[in-house]
Amino acid sequence: MLPAAIYLLVMFVYPFAYGVILSLQAKGGGISVANYLAFLLDPWQVRTVWVTASIAVPNTVLTVLLALVVAYSMRRGVWMERTITTALVLPIALGTVLVAEGINGFYGPKGWLNQGLLALGITDAPRLTHNYTGVMIALLVQHFPFCFLMLLGYISGIDPGLEAAARVLGAGPWAIFRRVMWPLIAPGVAIAFALVFVMNFGVFPSAVLVGQPAGATRTIAIAAYQQAFEHSDMAMASAIAVVMGGCQLLGLGLILVIRRRMAATGVATVGAGKR
Amino acid sequence: MGRLWHVAVYLFVVGFVLNLVGIVGHVLVSSFARRWFATPLPNAFTTAWYAYSWREFQLDQVLTVTLVVAASVTALALGLGFPAAYLLARHDFRAKNALLLLFFLPLLIPQMTYGIPLATTLYRYRIGGTVAGVIAANLVPMLPLAIFVLLPFFEQISVNLEWAARVHGASRFQLFRRVIVPLAVPGLLTAGLLVLVTTIANFELTFLLSGAGSQTLVVALYYAVFAAGMRPIYSVDAMAVIYMALVLALLVLVLRFVRPTQMVFRLDRRN
Repeated sequence: MLPAAIYLLVMFVYPFAYGVILSLQAKGGGISVANYLAFLLDPWQVRTVWVTASIAVPNTVLTVLLALVVAYSMRRGVWMERTITTALVLPIALGTVLVAEGINGFYGPKGWLNQGLLALGITDAPRLTHNYTGVMIALLVQHFPFCFLMLLGYISGIDPGLEAAARVLGAGPWAIFRRVMWPLIAPGVAIAFALVFVMNFGVFPSAVLVGQPAGATRTIAIAAYQQAFEHSDMAMASAIAVVMGGCQLLGLGLILVIRRRMAATGVATVGAGKR
Repeated sequence: MGRLWHVAVYLFVVGFVLNLVGIVGHVLVSSFARRWFATPLPNAFTTAWYAYSWREFQLDQVLTVTLVVAASVTALALGLGFPAAYLLARHDFRAKNALLLLFFLPLLIPQMTYGIPLATTLYRYRIGGTVAGVIAANLVPMLPLAIFVLLPFFEQISVNLEWAARVHGASRFQLFRRVIVPLAVPGLLTAGLLVLVTTIANFELTFLLSGAGSQTLVVALYYAVFAAGMRPIYSVDAMAVIYMALVLALLVLVLRFVRPTQMVFRLDRRN
């Protein structure tokens, strides 16, 4: 136990604390918020927060909603479920870099998708790679399977007896979802929202490889990386990393508040998530 | 109405899987293409890009680093995670919740967020840029991963077995060596394989910590894709296929032990 805990204290907690302190160090010594001010007052830098949010927020909502709909529809198993779920593990296991390279090929102007569209007579299809759309596709391909598998495990763990009871008592599919299943699923959906948002906000390889890292998809992670490794300004890089962490915390807090509000008006949650 | 809904959901899933096939298939076909330009399939095929890629990207060296890193991280994660998971499964103590949080945070927080301060620290102590630095950084999320995979396996081992061994005069070491380790083998195998495949595919931390001689395959692939145009795209795709083969071979092994839904966060444990 001790070695594991010590390792994480030394390699995780200490660097974090060190980073925060470093970010507060002024060039000449002493404590100051100069690095944060420099970031916030530079339009080129502070823009990355909005760029990241404009990717992360819509993508999170889209990913979680799609995953929820599909996982809910597949909660009692479907034809070829094992094959489907195995196929969906692929992008998770292969990782962002390979998926990015594949997307550049497949969705690119000379890829199979555009060839198919051309064959159908659609010649003015919008460009899908090396821009905002490309990053959205990459993140969806990466995070939809993650979110779907997570929710599928959660939803299929709900006692089917509850749903059967509701049906016997005359509830339609919508009433079953709204009054019986949703209160049970909501905690899982909230966690899914939180995880996907946090991952989306830290997007780096996809934003560089399928995006437009010098402009439309210059996310905050790219800004932090450039400060650290291209300008060798570790104090500034740490400040940006802290801002990134702060934004992620803010998102988490917001999701928690919404969840509280909904739970207060909902039904007591029992029997969820046992598998 | 209900039927239409199901058809729509099914079509979406099929479409999504087809899109995955397209993404992986494009890389695969491109790596064997002599030239490929806006036709359904290349006109001529060749395997020459593999030799080219192996030579130009120094894949022998990159693969060696990848395997050394993955094996070291797996061994360390299991070695450090085994006792930790055992104690967390068996004992209740005051700091348990704080420890669970400490182990959970590196999995929850994206690597880019804590990777920058971690890289800053490791470069300051001159470990950054070396193979040791890559191993040390990757261990930060992999150790918790090993612990959380091992935890339920230890919870399943009956305490009665340990008591019985104790009653029959087994020493602490014998108990460990003859009872607990043999029963934990499936857990160790699952955790080990998951850590192995995740480490090979882990990009961010390795990227931030690796220098010229300590790149793993996925980082080398990133630089090759990033510098698109420096080398023929077919050779980049050949490297991607080599990477893919390595990950898929391990994934097939992993999926013998775990269900796909277990490859992501287990939500039910955290409520």
